[in-house]
Amino acid sequence: MNRIQQKLQENKKLVSIYFTAGYPTLTDTKSIIENLEKAGTDIIEIGLPFSDPLADGPTIQESSTKALKNGMNSEVLFEQLKDIRSTVNIPLIIMGYFNPMLQYGVEEFCKKCNEIGIDGLIIPDLPVDVYDEAYKSLFEKYNLTNIFLITPQTSDERIRYIDSISNGFIYMVSSASVTGAKNTFGEQQKAYFERINNLNLKTPQIVGFGISNKETFEQATTYAKGGIIGSAFVKHITNHPIGKIKDFFIFA
Amino acid sequence: MSYHVDEKGYYGEFGGAYIPEMLYPNVEELRQNYLKIMQEESFQKEFHQLLKDYVGRPSPLYFAKRLSEKYNTKIYLKREDLNHTGAHKVNNTIGQILMAKRLGKNRIIAETGAGQHGVATATVCALMGIECIVYMGEIDIARQAPNVARMKMLGAKVVPATSGSKTLKDATNEAIRDWINNPVDTHYIIGSVVGPHPYPDMVARFQSVVSEEIQKQLLEQENTAFPNHVIACVGGGSNAAGAFYHFLDEEKVNLIAVEAAGHGVDSGESAATSILGKEGIIHGSKTLLMQTKDGQITEPYSISAGLDYPGVGPLHAHLFKTGRAEFIAITDDQAMQAGLELTKLEGIIPAIESSHAFAVLKEKEFKKDDIVIINLSGRGDKDLDTYIKYFNL
Ligand SMILES: Cc1ncc(COP(=O)(O)O)c(C=O)c1O
Repeated sequence: MNRIQQKLQENKKLVSIYFTAGYPTLTDTKSIIENLEKAGTDIIEIGLPFSDPLADGPTIQESSTKALKNGMNSEVLFEQLKDIRSTVNIPLIIMGYFNPMLQYGVEEFCKKCNEIGIDGLIIPDLPVDVYDEAYKSLFEKYNLTNIFLITPQTSDERIRYIDSISNGFIYMVSSASVTGAKNTFGEQQKAYFERINNLNLKTPQIVGFGISNKETFEQATTYAKGGIIGSAFVKHITNHPIGKIKDFFIFA
Repeated sequence: MSYHVDEKGYYGEFGGAYIPEMLYPNVEELRQNYLKIMQEESFQKEFHQLLKDYVGRPSPLYFAKRLSEKYNTKIYLKREDLNHTGAHKVNNTIGQILMAKRLGKNRIIAETGAGQHGVATATVCALMGIECIVYMGEIDIARQAPNVARMKMLGAKVVPATSGSKTLKDATNEAIRDWINNPVDTHYIIGSVVGPHPYPDMVARFQSVVSEEIQKQLLEQENTAFPNHVIACVGGGSNAAGAFYHFLDEEKVNLIAVEAAGHGVDSGESAATSILGKEGIIHGSKTLLMQTKDGQITEPYSISAGLDYPGVGPLHAHLFKTGRAEFIAITDDQAMQAGLELTKLEGIIPAIESSHAFAVLKEKEFKKDDIVIINLSGRGDKDLDTYIKYFNL
């Protein structure tokens, strides 16, 4: 069992936090991770910035643009994280777009993740079928969990397929939208949360996109195993020093 | 060797649909239906009727006598510049608006660089009475004011893309994000043979009317359906795809794809994707694209906004890789001179994109009896400002 699978066994709703590596400054990555763990985060998604993040709203786009200007890239990130497992125990996932991984070399990228102690990857623009055909064995070789997304428009049949090839959690995108903080979820989302719950999937689900406060977190985790907070946290570290990360958790 | 898309959406190793799951239902709906819809008799009838009565097709295949004399070969111009809205782009937007209607969509989004595709999209939306939103980089909005005004007159909403480099690739990102946010009622009319499968194939098929006509017209004028050379400029690659389409499997027809070298291939300010690009993923397609060593997409440069794209369609990446087409890079200066020359010799002011194709005449020797087709993809009205500044007119 890897760290993600272990974590999913815990009897609690999991708080997962996304942040963009190299933002606000290039060297903040490690201390953000350490402070997040101290504050009680269950899983961390480390965003590898990309020039053209298709699935992201303005907050994460802007943090990515800034991180790239600061000099972040795959090599720098791996260098910054090389000793991360001497201080951090919770599951760490890298979330990034496929092209930078392709240029690094997919096998080399996976190998590096494994060396450092990264537990999984989220690659929004690597389609499920391409993963299944071309990269699954590579991920397994390096003990990496690949996390797939589903949305309110994903058919039951396709969700079952995704469930069948998942071995961590399913990233349940809350609504038809790019990333970005919302204040509340509506009836449509609630119906979707229920529909997924009724499918009785083997893979636990964690809801992401649009979670920004206690209310949205609780709505999202009525059935799901946890919630992922991205834009709201990126906004927080834009406006507060890293030492104040703990304050962000008063809601969770 | 096949130069057509395979079942999985690839041209050789290029193509596919590298899209976030949020886009999967939209793209899949299109993939499952596009061929079926295009083959319907009522679709074909409506499409060809509009191409004839609204666009003004067939566009002439014009024998350019003085240009031919100067270069001592037989040059024919395929006059896409005479289409309604001034370029080949409208062939695709007519096709896609009919597709959108049959898919039951009532909201259209598009991206545009120079504004040509935006105008062509706004035009067909006005024609059909469908809501139209065009994404355009903030920088391009400033440099292409007349086309912005045209789109507004046509009833489209022009939304500035303010992210990244604020040009065409960012406008495309914004259009894709809009589609993610509006997955049910919206169709995305992509302006070139780029994007996830089935877009490159669908757009190429709509544009293939160009080579279909060339064959018929050439048969009448030269008693052969096959020219020796077909020359077209390549931004994303749609006018070239249309001009090459019916010749792809005729290896005796030499295909010449002309990219924008900007200030020179090695100047750091260029859009010559086949030379400067590397295999990667842009806007949902595996293809050649200009990028940094660590996979960030870079900003191209060309004097012509329509060639200013950091990628190229997967069909063209395949034509390049297999050597089926010859790729030539033309600088800003060469293109501007060629545009002026065409104007003086034939009385035709070309779009600066198309001028790049004409500059090949100085770069390459053709035989006296060769039949050389140049796809004149658009007219130069939109570029008068640039011509005026460049030549101090
Ligand atoms: C006249 C003209 N030619 C060519 C192009 C380049 O596009 P493509 O390579 O898709 O034909 C454009 C794009 O705006 C254009 O307006």
